[in-house]
Amino acid sequence: MTSLASIVSIGRAPRKGFTLTQYAICLQGIVWREALRFLHQRGRFVSALVRPLVWLFIFASGFRAVLGVSIIPPYETYITYDVFITPGLMAMIQLFNGMQSSLSMVYDRETGNMRTLLVSPFPRWYLLTCKLLAGAAVGVLQVYTYLVIAYFWGISPTSPWGYVTVLPALVLSGLMLGALGMVLSSLIRQLENFAGVMNFIIFPMFFASSALYPLWQVQEKSPWLATICWLNPFTYAVELVRFAFYQQVDLLSLAVVSGCMIVFLAGAILAYDPARGMLIRRGGAAE
Amino acid sequence: MREHDTVRTAALEVVGVSHFYGKRKALDNVSFIVEPGSFTVLLGLNGAGKSTLFSLITRLYATRSGTIRIFGFDVSRQSGEALRRLGVVFQPRTLDLELTIMQNLIYHAALHGIGPQEAKRRARAVLARAGLAERASERVRNLSGGYIRRVEIARAFLHRPELLLLDEATVGLDVKARADIIAQVRGLVASEGIGVLWTTHLIDEIAKTDSVVILHEGKIREKGLATEILARSSAPDMRTAFVKVTGADLYEGNGQ
Repeated sequence: MTSLASIVSIGRAPRKGFTLTQYAICLQGIVWREALRFLHQRGRFVSALVRPLVWLFIFASGFRAVLGVSIIPPYETYITYDVFITPGLMAMIQLFNGMQSSLSMVYDRETGNMRTLLVSPFPRWYLLTCKLLAGAAVGVLQVYTYLVIAYFWGISPTSPWGYVTVLPALVLSGLMLGALGMVLSSLIRQLENFAGVMNFIIFPMFFASSALYPLWQVQEKSPWLATICWLNPFTYAVELVRFAFYQQVDLLSLAVVSGCMIVFLAGAILAYDPARGMLIRRGGAAE
Repeated sequence: MREHDTVRTAALEVVGVSHFYGKRKALDNVSFIVEPGSFTVLLGLNGAGKSTLFSLITRLYATRSGTIRIFGFDVSRQSGEALRRLGVVFQPRTLDLELTIMQNLIYHAALHGIGPQEAKRRARAVLARAGLAERASERVRNLSGGYIRRVEIARAFLHRPELLLLDEATVGLDVKARADIIAQVRGLVASEGIGVLWTTHLIDEIAKTDSVVILHEGKIREKGLATEILARSSAPDMRTAFVKVTGADLYEGNGQ
């Protein structure tokens, strides 16, 4: 084996802070790595698509015959049930992707891979934000793949521009859900505990939201459940995506999703800050 | 802030560092220096506090008591400047098993602000010189433990650090792979003047010219050149010196 002594003889770089270009390189590298991991894990890619498609092809088709949805914003006419749940399924993809990112972070922490990220000289808040953007980018990729398949199933926005206008909503909701996943990843001590997240976070968030049924109908049948749905941030992610898919903006949803994203991201940065975070008390990152 | 001066400034200064896990004291007032161009061995049993100290130096944990400086930069307050001078090989494997060797190196380079083109150029040079050029496109999952470790060491040099930390880098490797890696790292100290902190519990990895810091139950029990420690403890070898200094045998119960 050749001596590594020669490896470092390339010379050392001048050291004085980082340029904006270097910050961009760091972001690009983290997004690139996340996308590569996703594409390499074909099982994850397939399951990410199969989950919403099962809902669309089987669940929604089954209920299509018995359920129609009356005219509620942003819809301007009566719609079928599969059209109604499509934005909910788009948000569901992002919800699961956010939690998958959380699972990846726990896995990375357990295997030691997280250290590669955390010993980077870039600020910790920036690294976590990059990680968040990378997760959101992967989520957006999944949603658009789902939309291509849904198109051939006869589901599309009223105008092709809907595919464009939904993008910022997908990014924002993806960031919010990813940030939530990041906070959760700091709280989960071991990979085995992740099943609890599925049971106590993902499923309640999904089912107690407007993803599967209009909330005015929930309100009629169960006011207390409707209240829970209105308190659920995921409801606003669904509505933000729903309106954006039809080239409209729901300002309340935009405000709630933006606010929650900031709060969750701040929580994640705090949790991963070695001086103040939970990892120091839990011995997390370095174990 | 102190001016960065590799001639006058220690590569690593650990001053009065203590650390607790709950009420348990893992490190107790630990102080030592790694000079540029020196090979310093941090010697201690499993559980002595070596990995905790590593986590503090790399800022995975916050330093709550005491100060750690890398080339004069405080790890807590000037972490960016401190960490960019640092190359680290952790005890657990930290490569991404799903990616290829080259992809892992490019990712690491990005985390130090090095663009893909420059990263590829450096990675090709590093891998060629480490005898891994032919395997650059192999997934890490398919590599043996020895090769993974070689890639990790090569990766640690990609951003051209001035201080290298290796935490039990030879654990799990066969005798030849261990000898190769130690020889290579020593070569760097001699040729490039890089400071190295090498933690181990294996006596045979220590040379007489090395600086040695003996850490036991969270406290520094002895430090200095290996020859000085042997002389002070009137011991014929480092194993005996370790027993005299700590009251514990490195290989007792280890089966070694």
